[in-house]
Amino acid sequence: MAYNDKVIDHYENPRNVGSFDKEDDGVGTGVVGAPACGDVMKLQIKINDEGVIEDAKFKTYGCGSAIASSSLVTEWVKGKTVEQALAIKNTEIAEALALPPVKIHCSVLAEDAIKAAVSDYKAKSGTAEDGYKVCQSAA
Amino acid sequence: MKLPVYLDYSATTPVDPRVAEKMIPFLTENFGNPASRSHSFGWTAEKAVEEAREEVARLVNADPREIIWTSGATESNNLAIKGAAHFYETKGRHLITLKTEHKAVLDTMRELEAQGFEVTYLDPKPDGLLDFQAFREAFRADTSLVSIMHVNNEIGVIQDIAAIGALCRERGVIFHVDAAQSTGKVAIDLAKLPVDLMSFSAHKTYGPKGIGALYVRRKPRIRLKAMMHGGGHERGLRSGTLATHQIVGMGEAFRIAREEMAAESSRIRALRDRLLAGIADIEEVYINGDLEQRVPHNLNASFNYVEGESLMMAIKDLAVSSGSACTSSSLEPSYVLRALGRSDELAHSSIRFSIGRYTTEADVDFAISLIHKAVERLRDISPLWEMYKDGIDISSVQWAAAAH
Repeated sequence: MAYNDKVIDHYENPRNVGSFDKEDDGVGTGVVGAPACGDVMKLQIKINDEGVIEDAKFKTYGCGSAIASSSLVTEWVKGKTVEQALAIKNTEIAEALALPPVKIHCSVLAEDAIKAAVSDYKAKSGTAEDGYKVCQSAA
Repeated sequence: MKLPVYLDYSATTPVDPRVAEKMIPFLTENFGNPASRSHSFGWTAEKAVEEAREEVARLVNADPREIIWTSGATESNNLAIKGAAHFYETKGRHLITLKTEHKAVLDTMRELEAQGFEVTYLDPKPDGLLDFQAFREAFRADTSLVSIMHVNNEIGVIQDIAAIGALCRERGVIFHVDAAQSTGKVAIDLAKLPVDLMSFSAHKTYGPKGIGALYVRRKPRIRLKAMMHGGGHERGLRSGTLATHQIVGMGEAFRIAREEMAAESSRIRALRDRLLAGIADIEEVYINGDLEQRVPHNLNASFNYVEGESLMMAIKDLAVSSGSACTSSSLEPSYVLRALGRSDELAHSSIRFSIGRYTTEADVDFAISLIHKAVERLRDISPLWEMYKDGIDISSVQWAAAAH
């Protein structure tokens, strides 16, 4: 299928590829998707004492749109507070990358990855609120 | 080198220039309707059609009267399966096929099921070949037809149609073979093979798209119920004005295939071996389908921990397919690889390379170098590769998506 230029740019020059030490207290790790579905995203965020996301890294197994969605999200969450990051919606990601309908699930997965990473961070730092489920899906 | 390099000959082939040249006069000067009996325009066209029919028959060692023109292998498969199933309906309403058949066979079977027929879909062995034990057990007293392909379109394995046909003959069951992928690749001798119906396509063998043929055995005679009604062309089995230029193209393509098949196959085998050796040193590469009982034109490999579609993006200077070209527009992994028992991950990670008449050594070397770079780059950003390298068994992980 023919891809949008923005997807190709993120796919060919993915931003913030890599990993942090997931045992680090300031790091939240979210792994979403499943190999059987053809998509697995790992998003990691590094959060400072002020609750601001200082850095983010990702690794993704999946199609070009999945790689682009996670790459874009690492750019977007940097400099945001945890609450601001949680406000990122899959529709914004899909719109920014002009994803076709068949690839919308990639943006859903990217939103899930942010929530999973934040949830992991909160669980570790003892600030977890009751209730958020990693697997509640819009898919 | 012209980019992208075409390595998708199993999807379609270019028309050989010798074929195109022979077709053109039948579009402009010799445009007559082969069914016109009253003037030379018609006679010229009819002669060309019959010469082409002889060429198609010669490639497979059949009688020209056993060749029926169709629009392609899909129509041939439909006509053979539905035509025979309906004609012999009173004998039985049970059919047998393989799960790795082309959709033109599987969907035709589904349609017959909707009409009240019963169909057994056999699982292939993990190497893609028919499991003869299961096949023998699948026959019933009311089995009327078996349809098994010759060469698989995704993995290139060659089914033993002589042995399959012999088992059908013993039981008086009609045997149809989809040979769309085998003409010009594997020798076919219908004087010896116990095959009753065989489907052919021109465009997989350097002929034009939109034309195919169906072999219908005369001795013992196989009868079909026609699907297309009209002027009674092709002995009433397939009405519709014959596409003379397309037919001439198919005849010429099959003539070239007959004359050049032996030399071409050994050249292509050398290229396939070169490609295989070139990618075999990549870690975690799996070849799908048996390597011995297989046409050399096809190499289907799974690059574990790399997703197929992203790999195709990374090797966009190669025209290849991930699974079958017909199914890659969906998000489902290849049903053929799933039927072999491959995991979803490996099915998602598969690439089909198919080599043909115009592939060069330079093309293959270019492909090898591109694949090496692409797989390395995508594994660098793959969380699954990272887990594999950390010694984590990916099949034991509880994936979040499973709870969705």
